[in-house]
Amino acid sequence: MPITFKAGDKIRSSEITPEDVFHRRREFLKSAGYSVGAAALGLSPWSPVNAAVPELGAIGQWPGSTTEKQTPWEEATTYNNFYELGTDKGDPAKNASLLVTDPWSVEIAGECAKPGNYTLEDILKPHANEERVYRLRCVEAWSMVIPWVGFPLADLLKRFEPNGNAKYVQFQTIIDKDRLPGQRYPVLQWPYVEGLRMDEAMHPLTMVAVGMYGKLLPNQSGAPLRLVVPWKYGFKSIKSIVRISFVEEQPDTSWNLSAPREYGFYSNVNPQVSHPRWSQAKERRLDGESKGLAALFSEKRDTELFNGYADEVAGLYTDMDLKTNF
Amino acid sequence: MTATTTNSTAVKRRFRWIKLVKPIVFLVCLLPLISIIAAAANNSLGPNPVEALLHDCGEWGLRFMLITLSVTPLQMIFKWRMIANFRRMFGLYAFFYAVLHLAVWLVLDQGLDLSAAFSEIVEKKYITVGIIVILGMLPLTLTSNRWAIRKMGTRWKSLHRWIYPLSVLAILHFLWQVRANDILEPAAYLAFLTMLLVWRFVRMVKN
Repeated sequence: MPITFKAGDKIRSSEITPEDVFHRRREFLKSAGYSVGAAALGLSPWSPVNAAVPELGAIGQWPGSTTEKQTPWEEATTYNNFYELGTDKGDPAKNASLLVTDPWSVEIAGECAKPGNYTLEDILKPHANEERVYRLRCVEAWSMVIPWVGFPLADLLKRFEPNGNAKYVQFQTIIDKDRLPGQRYPVLQWPYVEGLRMDEAMHPLTMVAVGMYGKLLPNQSGAPLRLVVPWKYGFKSIKSIVRISFVEEQPDTSWNLSAPREYGFYSNVNPQVSHPRWSQAKERRLDGESKGLAALFSEKRDTELFNGYADEVAGLYTDMDLKTNF
Repeated sequence: MTATTTNSTAVKRRFRWIKLVKPIVFLVCLLPLISIIAAAANNSLGPNPVEALLHDCGEWGLRFMLITLSVTPLQMIFKWRMIANFRRMFGLYAFFYAVLHLAVWLVLDQGLDLSAAFSEIVEKKYITVGIIVILGMLPLTLTSNRWAIRKMGTRWKSLHRWIYPLSVLAILHFLWQVRANDILEPAAYLAFLTMLLVWRFVRMVKN
């Protein structure tokens, strides 16, 4: 099934195949075993298109997008932390094809009126996608600027009618040693789990992403659906979600279980609160701005409180000590 | 009479051979650096080339430490006497890559912000340990010459035994920055070092 983009009559720069990729198209087709029909049509060479994955449809433009230089697709999809597909930054892209995302379903559980197992189509169909360009700040002191495609998480959660006991939301990544071979090693406790306080989950900036750069999410970026919480460190934005649960108590989160002294539940981007092993005062922006040997001399930039989204989200934490609730 | 003549020609031949091979070994040890820089110029170090350069230099420093420590076992186990002629070069390369690792961190990562770098050294224990390793290697490097060996006598040997604890600390420096339980690489280096230490301990007990 071909993917259609009705975002307007202009071809956006992100849809234009970079020259070097164009020249490598045969090599790619060979490696994909000619099985990817959409690629033959010249569409996204990276995202394997599965019949059951809904198309992105018309992509609206969110007015709040940052105009900073975007990280090139090539960099955003080859430098990933997705330990279930390998712990080196390049591993997830190399192992991406193992993560088969068809069929996919999401279990909705806990304190809500409509729990149950939903197919991916059930989950995504009612929502119109829009493009939001957000900054992404990793706890390892690097950052990217990524045009996500998706919709507010709040719109999804409201459909299941959470009740008064729903104080937090817990998210879980798929657990499957074949599709995510990194789960054979006890690097973290599997499955990967993350959580948000209800007001954080309902915040208009918090989104469910199903695509990026106008294309479906590639597997290494958390296909077929992931969380994006732009004011928190990247590891909060859990990938390849199969379970969403409304709970009363603050839920476990994977990195907090692994090293509670280093990773708190909130994990808001904060240059004042130093990670025990890395200073968080500065970050290296990975945006492909400088190339070759010059790239070695590019300077880091100052990290902003809440990753520059303080105007929108500081109100969530007015009575909290951000140093103890890191 | 004839025996002595043959002996001295053999020695001469060996010296000539070493003289020939030394520059080749020197260049081979430089290859990791050359290939990293070529990769950086070629945009093939990935999206974060500073991180790649930093990690590569550090790892080569550690590898050369372990190569240096492997010289005596190689010499003894495989009767490979020639290898001993390159021990000093390997040791100096360990220091070279370690200093490069520090320089990349200080200049390219920290942007020469000395006060920030200083507080990192003090606050982050893996960086403290890294600095200790490089400072500890300094006297070994400075005494890696014939003059110092002659001048220091038996003290030279005990000074250079510091390489053992320093290599343990170098692996600790690596181990302490691992995220989650992703310890495979530093654990592999530690296993190799343990093997070398056990070999030496057994020999010491036997003698």
